[in-house]
Amino acid sequence: MAAPTLPAGAVLQPRKGTGFRQFKSAFATVAIVGAFVAAAVPLVALVYYVAREGLKVFSWEFLTTDLPFSQRSVEGGIYPAIIGTLIITVGATLIAVPLGVMGGIYLNEYGARSRFAAIVRFLSEILTGVPSIVMGLFIYTFWVLPRGADGFSALAGSLALGALMLPVVIRTSEEMLKLVPHELREGSLALGSRKSRTIRTVVLPHAAPGIVSGSLLAVARAAGETAPLLFVIGATNLVNWDWLSGSNTALSVQIFGNAASPFVPAQERAFGAAVTLILIVFLATAIARIVTVVYTRRVSGAA
Amino acid sequence: MPPAATAGDTITRVDLTPTQVRPPEVPADPGPVPGREVVFDLSTVEIFYGEARAVTDVDLDIARNEISAFIGPSGCGKTTVLRSLNRMHDLTPGARVAGTITYHGEDLYGPKVDAAEVRRRIGMVFQKPNPFPKSIFDNIAYGPRINGVRKRSELEGIVEQALTRAALWGEVKEKLKSSALSLSGGQAQRLCIARALAVDPDVLLMDEPCSALDPIATARIEDLMEELKETLTIVIVTHNMQQAARVSDRTAFYTAEADDNGRRVGKLVEYDATATIFTKPSDPRTEGYITGRFG
Amino acid sequence: MGGAGFPRPAPPSQNRGTVTQTLDPAPPSPLVGGPRPPGFAVDRAFRVLAVLAGLFVLVVLVSIVFVLFDSAREWISFEGLGSLFSLDWEPVNEKFGAGSLALMTLIVAALALVIAVPISVGIALFVTEIAPRRARLPIVFVIDLLAAIPSVVFGLWMLRQLSQPLADVYADVHGAVAGVPVLGDLLGSPSASGLSIMTAAIVVGIMITPIVTAITREVFATCPLAQKEASLALGATRWEMIRGAIFPHSRSGVVAAVIIGFGRAVGETIAVALVIGASQRLTGNLLAPGDTLASIIANQFGEASGVQRSALIGFGLVLLLLTIIIGIVARSVLRRANRRFGVV
Repeated sequence: MAAPTLPAGAVLQPRKGTGFRQFKSAFATVAIVGAFVAAAVPLVALVYYVAREGLKVFSWEFLTTDLPFSQRSVEGGIYPAIIGTLIITVGATLIAVPLGVMGGIYLNEYGARSRFAAIVRFLSEILTGVPSIVMGLFIYTFWVLPRGADGFSALAGSLALGALMLPVVIRTSEEMLKLVPHELREGSLALGSRKSRTIRTVVLPHAAPGIVSGSLLAVARAAGETAPLLFVIGATNLVNWDWLSGSNTALSVQIFGNAASPFVPAQERAFGAAVTLILIVFLATAIARIVTVVYTRRVSGAA
Repeated sequence: MPPAATAGDTITRVDLTPTQVRPPEVPADPGPVPGREVVFDLSTVEIFYGEARAVTDVDLDIARNEISAFIGPSGCGKTTVLRSLNRMHDLTPGARVAGTITYHGEDLYGPKVDAAEVRRRIGMVFQKPNPFPKSIFDNIAYGPRINGVRKRSELEGIVEQALTRAALWGEVKEKLKSSALSLSGGQAQRLCIARALAVDPDVLLMDEPCSALDPIATARIEDLMEELKETLTIVIVTHNMQQAARVSDRTAFYTAEADDNGRRVGKLVEYDATATIFTKPSDPRTEGYITGRFG
Repeated sequence: MGGAGFPRPAPPSQNRGTVTQTLDPAPPSPLVGGPRPPGFAVDRAFRVLAVLAGLFVLVVLVSIVFVLFDSAREWISFEGLGSLFSLDWEPVNEKFGAGSLALMTLIVAALALVIAVPISVGIALFVTEIAPRRARLPIVFVIDLLAAIPSVVFGLWMLRQLSQPLADVYADVHGAVAGVPVLGDLLGSPSASGLSIMTAAIVVGIMITPIVTAITREVFATCPLAQKEASLALGATRWEMIRGAIFPHSRSGVVAAVIIGFGRAVGETIAVALVIGASQRLTGNLLAPGDTLASIIANQFGEASGVQRSALIGFGLVLLLLTIIIGIVARSVLRRANRRFGVV
């Protein structure tokens, strides 16, 4: 059968209806780009607006003066809140990271096939989805209430934030440990090294950059949390360096308390605190990224 | 130190025509003396991964200061048997070793035996060089440190000796602090050998140690094995027949066959002096393999 | 020499005799009872510690459920199981029904998804299909920044910058659809301050975009190049290729992303508390103020006591159970997707 003959020049001409299809595709492309813009715009707007309002009060004095007693006062700074956020967050990190790394070690190094480990992994995943305010209620009922008047403290806040951070650190640790090549473990064990030593001296160092980076991201998120702290740290307008006892305050809590205030000075303090908080969070996130980039290159060594 | 490979050496040592049907060089050594001291004695050994039998019918003994080679096509169990000699299967959940494996007369899998001590005495070098992401010094010193050696001077002595035995000292003595990951493939493998030697083992198990290396690096490691066998016992798994013929005193040939259920199981076919295996093998399957008819 | 004991630097080999000479006739020390590498006890202890760490997670989760349930009992027995979810929350009149709060929580979350999902899918498509390779990193960076901003700052921004302008927009929209049957009720008389269900949904939508985008992006990225190229090779336009190759492959993964986003939206507390207007009366008017399970706890717990306090803890329990269920559902969807397509 002879091949069908085509009219001259017909091969590369667009078929009927192609124009509309191309239009649909172009329209979709515009919509997709628009989606990205839709996400970028709030970010830019937020950062700009918060920075603009916050920088009105931002100063060294602002950062180092105690909170005023009355909300409508123009005087005062957020120093206690900065210290509070730092103490509470560092405390939470000290609680959550060792426990979380050990949990990750258990899941990946000891529990590869165990039923119990599968349950723990599952529960840890569930725990990541628990709303932070529920964690606050838990610590309030479990820790603060039984202690009566002395219940509020930075420690209670650290417990609440630590409980939030724990499942994230466990998951990060497990993922990073999984990435360590099995030959490294075998090489160490074949020399007569016991499992725990192998983990401590060969496996963990290899996974360390990733674990540190993941933990820093968890810390950044914890620093910004408000809900879990609302009912467990109490309130104060003076600096409290005591982690174990006495009411404390935090940047996030201050922002929440002052945001809806009708008094302009309070609102300004809220913005100043917001700028400070964003700086801290961005700093922690940036360090996490730098750790990943710098140390991942180092571990892989020269080509 | 092994002599640098000269052009003449390289040509005779490296056989680049693997399908050539001709018996490889018969070593001048007539084979080990009877009354040899047995290091490993395996009898009716079978190894399982869960329910699946990976290898069966393993009966052999490995003598001191000899190089024994395990050869055979892929998937026939040679690496599985090798790894049972230093209890690496303990690490695989569901793996089980049936039968008896004795080491200098003692049951290797006895209830009171410490697997870590087993692995200290029976070292292993892996197919792909796996240096730790530490300095060269710390790689070698890792084993001794595990065993309690703390003094810097002692460690330095051990490191130098191990690197010398592994024919690597001259190349790295100026850069002991640099990362082990910066070494070439052949150097890294010699580093792994030095690392294994640093704990003063009795046996060295080598799982296809040269398969990731170029021919010149391979030749250096084969020279090394000749030297090391004077003080150690070596068992090597290799898929390169010519290598087995070049370096080993005894050779074990494995193959994989279908069992009664139709599943492929590895089994030991023949184990004899290397010269015999390569010139007058008893089993037709062995002959088939070494003449290139399969595998 | 060789294996007889440790540590003992062995002298370098000097005997280069024939192979058959054994150099050290003495047998090595026995395996059992001989020297062993130290650290046996430490090894055991370490293992125990690791198992305990795993156990701890179990303990925490179980404790949370128990403690909250225990504190909520007062509320449960006061209201009675039947009317736990009644639509009336009026502590003044001793009415502690969770119903209206629960419904409004779901409404806000659903609305937030309506806003977030198209945007997230769009961004994910943008990153995987349209943006040139070099632009990907800055875009991902922008999304990560969005994820890093604390909820309270979002609330602050929304409240102080946008609530008033939004109030005006709502007024216009309401004016435009006033008579229309369903739409007119949904977009009914707006709150003067702009604090409303809609405002809360907008801010939550923005906040859950990063996580939904991240998961969706991963799902799109695992679409096999072969399928995409096959589609294009048949003459499909880019959009047709997306619809024909990427979407079918990614269906379950995107569903999982939506479910996870829903879970986050349900739990969002602080930003909602700042902009939703704190009215517990159930309403279908999205432009009117409302309240959610989470935000009412944030706003009222401090001053609450007695049954009200117990009820708020009960709300926390409801939230916990909700997020557990959502988590389980998301996990099983992801598992099924994994099984079908390999890595999601």
